[in-house]
Amino acid sequence: MTTPSFSPETTPGFPGIFSKDNLNLKLWLGIAWLGFLILPWYAAYDGFWSFIWVTDGYPTFDEYSPGILQITMHDRWWLWPVALFLLLPLSALSWSKTDPRYALTLLFSGGLGFAFTLSQGFILGLHGWGWEFLGDVFGPTEQKQFGMGYGALLVCGGFLFMFTQGLAARGAIKGDVFVCGSIGFCIVLVAIFVFFPVGRILINSLQDDEGNYVFSLFLEKITSHSIWGLDCFSSNLSCGVAWNSLLMGVLVGLATTVLGLAFALLVTRTGMQAKGFVRTASLLPIITPPFVIGLALILLFGRAGAVNVFLEWAFGIPPSRWLYGLTGILIAQILAFTPIAFLVLIGVVEAVSPSMEEASQTLRASRWQTFWTVSLPLMRPGLANAFLLGFIESLADFGNPLVLGGQYEVLSTQIFFAIVGAQGDPGMAAVLAIVLLMFTLTAFYAQRRWLGKKSYATVTGKGDAGVHVRLPKRVAWMAYLTAAPFLIMSLVVYGMIIFGGFVETWGYKHNFTLKHYIAEFSLHWSEQYGLLWEGAAWNSFWTTLQISAISAPLTAGLGLLTAYILVRQKFWGKDIFEFLTMLSFAIPGTVIGVGYILAFNVPPIEITGTGVILVVCFIFRNMPTGIRAGIAAMSQLDPSLDEASLTLGAKSFTTLRRVLLPLLRPALVAALVFSFVRAMTAISAVIFLVSADYDMATSYILGRVEFGDYGLAIAYSSVLILVMLAAIGLIQLAVGKRELGRRESFEF
Amino acid sequence: MSNSFAVEFKNVTKAFGEVQAVRDLNFSIQTGQLVTLLGPSGCGKTTTLRLIAGLEMVTEGQVYIGDNDVTKLPATERDVSMVFQSYALFPHMTVMQNVSYGLTMSSLPKPEVHEKAQTGLELVGLSGYGDRLPSELSGGQQQRVAVARALVLEPEVLLFDEPLSNLDAKLRRRVREEIRELQQELGLTTVYVTHDQEEALAVSDRIIVMNEAVIAQEGAPRQLYEEPVNLFVSDFIGDANLVKSTILDIDGSHANVDIRGIRIQLPHRGLTPGESMVAIRPQSILLKQSGTEDGIPGTILKASYLGDHLEYTVECALGELFVIDNQIQTQQPPGTNVSITFRPYGVSLIPES
Ligand SMILES: Nc1ncnc2c1ncn2[C@@H]1O[C@H](COP(=O)(O)OP(=O)(O)OP(=O)(O)O)[C@@H](O)[C@H]1O
Ligand SMILES: [Mg+2]
Repeated sequence: MTTPSFSPETTPGFPGIFSKDNLNLKLWLGIAWLGFLILPWYAAYDGFWSFIWVTDGYPTFDEYSPGILQITMHDRWWLWPVALFLLLPLSALSWSKTDPRYALTLLFSGGLGFAFTLSQGFILGLHGWGWEFLGDVFGPTEQKQFGMGYGALLVCGGFLFMFTQGLAARGAIKGDVFVCGSIGFCIVLVAIFVFFPVGRILINSLQDDEGNYVFSLFLEKITSHSIWGLDCFSSNLSCGVAWNSLLMGVLVGLATTVLGLAFALLVTRTGMQAKGFVRTASLLPIITPPFVIGLALILLFGRAGAVNVFLEWAFGIPPSRWLYGLTGILIAQILAFTPIAFLVLIGVVEAVSPSMEEASQTLRASRWQTFWTVSLPLMRPGLANAFLLGFIESLADFGNPLVLGGQYEVLSTQIFFAIVGAQGDPGMAAVLAIVLLMFTLTAFYAQRRWLGKKSYATVTGKGDAGVHVRLPKRVAWMAYLTAAPFLIMSLVVYGMIIFGGFVETWGYKHNFTLKHYIAEFSLHWSEQYGLLWEGAAWNSFWTTLQISAISAPLTAGLGLLTAYILVRQKFWGKDIFEFLTMLSFAIPGTVIGVGYILAFNVPPIEITGTGVILVVCFIFRNMPTGIRAGIAAMSQLDPSLDEASLTLGAKSFTTLRRVLLPLLRPALVAALVFSFVRAMTAISAVIFLVSADYDMATSYILGRVEFGDYGLAIAYSSVLILVMLAAIGLIQLAVGKRELGRRESFEF
Repeated sequence: MSNSFAVEFKNVTKAFGEVQAVRDLNFSIQTGQLVTLLGPSGCGKTTTLRLIAGLEMVTEGQVYIGDNDVTKLPATERDVSMVFQSYALFPHMTVMQNVSYGLTMSSLPKPEVHEKAQTGLELVGLSGYGDRLPSELSGGQQQRVAVARALVLEPEVLLFDEPLSNLDAKLRRRVREEIRELQQELGLTTVYVTHDQEEALAVSDRIIVMNEAVIAQEGAPRQLYEEPVNLFVSDFIGDANLVKSTILDIDGSHANVDIRGIRIQLPHRGLTPGESMVAIRPQSILLKQSGTEDGIPGTILKASYLGDHLEYTVECALGELFVIDNQIQTQQPPGTNVSITFRPYGVSLIPES
């Protein structure tokens, strides 16, 4: 029997402090008070996990004091309202949830408390006023404050969840406290870590070096010749970076889509042998840091590359630099991103209902006609998605253009140079980022328009007994001819990656050596100090592993939670919320990187240079994939499963854990693997966010490449690939398979 | 404030955007009764049930369970169990785990959970099946697991949403009798949704007939069948021929009614002399050889043989009538002229027409 907590008429007396009533409120109120009374309000210490403050003058020292002492000892009187908003909800403890005062108090103090705590952080910063105009209005101020620390974090969390509990008590989301809280949590996170940085870019692009808003300057920059110039048509000068990027993105998008389709068709619709091999091999580029392929290409086709050396030796053809420029970027990116297109398309190609193709054939269409008029149009969503992914990946890719670009300048690299280069112009970087964002968002919008409202649902839930129609001969041949060169090229490139690490100096000295591995990964045992991690790579290697291992479960968790909210819950503003989560998918990593340094290197949220910013960045970069995987999997589960669990007295959190999660294991594995691998291989956003303490493997390798230490770079990369393979195995082992009934065709 | 109702709706409206799924619903359900929500597809039955369970929240109005206002209480905190049309058995748990699920959630000690779950399975006749997965059971067995899972919680209210619609005709009859027996044995307050009027008549203490988001009529099965308040109910519960009539005068509790020359006495049901509608059950129409009595003359248009009865469509001054005749020995061919009269029962005035 359940023990329902009904209104006070049945519960004699007021609920005691230790009763289970309002447990959630007590918890969050307690946490908020803990943050206010005990933990340091500011983040003046270095690093989230640094605890030097405990022994270093806490609690009285200005930088480490908790909120209450900041007010009383350090004259930070503007924090008083925080205390007030924390006191108010104490009265709610004595009311029952059905009491209207309960909801009202929580909504009021939670909402205002949250808004106040956040805005005071923005209003007053490290150097006084957070915005210039405040100084003009109120005069100069002596006061200043640091970024928010544990204390402020907990208090904000407390306010947020008080607010959502107030909403739940008003009957929002069927009165479900957990779901209300989750929605609030996700919205706030997405707003802070996606919306805010992008907004910062917009603001920054409008400012001049002194921080004044000069719209004409913005116009001048965004229309500048270096971005939009068309000289390549009239002379042999190069065109603007925007055109360069656009051309590259479109070509890569098209090529990867066509190649991906060819592979998907070959694997599903022909008697091709080696299907398993293609599927597995297609995973390889995904676990390869993207620029590593560029590197292998240099070793092959560069001036000192194997092919050129051979040609010169055999035919006396002098080596040329043809690889550097658009050609090289295209080859590298197509090799790197085709597998993504393949993975998108294979699902779609398989899902096209055989009975539709059979129907078409019974209507006297030939196989060729059926393919063009039925199968291909039904794959439209897949084709559009694959193109969009290829396009965005290509525009956002940073490593390959850097390694292979030569004179061919694209947006992602120019953004980087605008930030770190000699002239150091963050405003210009912001403008370029906006151009890049415009491209991807336009593509995103165009894709949605193209797909329109037509239904492409072909998986109806009814058992489909039909068999897929074999590909028409002509199409099959086309597919083989497209796929073969790609396969050969991939094999050669990966051969290079394996062998390149064992060769002294590629192109000059080809003797076998372990010296690159030793330089990067040697261990030394000394009597005096014990084990010494001597290799140069260990530092970035462990950081990368640690950051990836922390961010992968968080990404997968948040992604699946968001998917749950999007699939299973209805609330006002859900469309906007969905759009925001999609937005972070359409934003290239480079843009996110710029946005993050602009947004998070000043209070109130000051996390640049820490590991936290890397973790956060990975979470929000990779979450959309987790969301997609979760949505796809969850839509297949009958909602009455959750409802049954709810009516049986399980809370929605328990339902999520005990009913949905076990059924979502494949999606969980996909999300975990993807976010781990993406964190290990990411470069475009990471390059802006690494610091001396937190260097990532990819940026370290890229540094080696810039010095021309190709052997070291390749050796390190192959170690990373091995580690990722091992990790994928481990994840699959740990999460396990979905336990379903033994009967094959299962009906819920 | 105490009342003897297990469930009570006060002016409940539920809107999904523009659509009002239920409008201004008022009803109450007595403890220990089985009440059926009956109505055509889309009339709001499932919505009403989900409002009781807390799976939907009302747009307006109040919901009471027992003595408590649960209007804003989430499903988890209401003492209500539901048996879903799709059963919603957790596919990754065994039968035993499924049945124990709710008990575990109420944090009972383990032995007690096991014992109660075992009893529950015995109750539905599946005691040997604890270790199987739901996918290894037949449809009917799965259905009984779903019932056991809801029953073991001994909820204040038990809800069924079209629990039998996945079963074949024979099994439906058996399972519905089992459910009714269990319900009466345990004295459970039960709300049962169906659109099968025969099922509703067979199992219910009371029936709430819904139409287009509102209650059309509420009452005991016999009352609904014999005294439908409007055209919709009379036609929905059992078949009925609706014909025009004239009330000549009121005589005590009865009215003298004229149907095309045939005079009969019917309970007046609050009507006054004048035009009115009468519902006539197909079984209550008698077909005699034409000319034998002073009935309404008519012609048989269609005749079909259904094993235990004959069905006729008869053309007459009242329009086309649908007639059921249990005398199967003599089947009248189409074209036969007949004379129509009515039996003294199965004919009633319709107040709201
Ligand atoms: N989630 C929803 N969103 C929008 N409209 C809904 C929703 N749920 C139900 N409705 C609408 O409310 C009305 C009543 O639906 P309900 O499911 O209660 O019907 P029902 O009586 O159970 O029908 P059936 O016998 O077909 O199951 C229908 O018009 C339906 O379209
Ligand atoms: Mg229904």
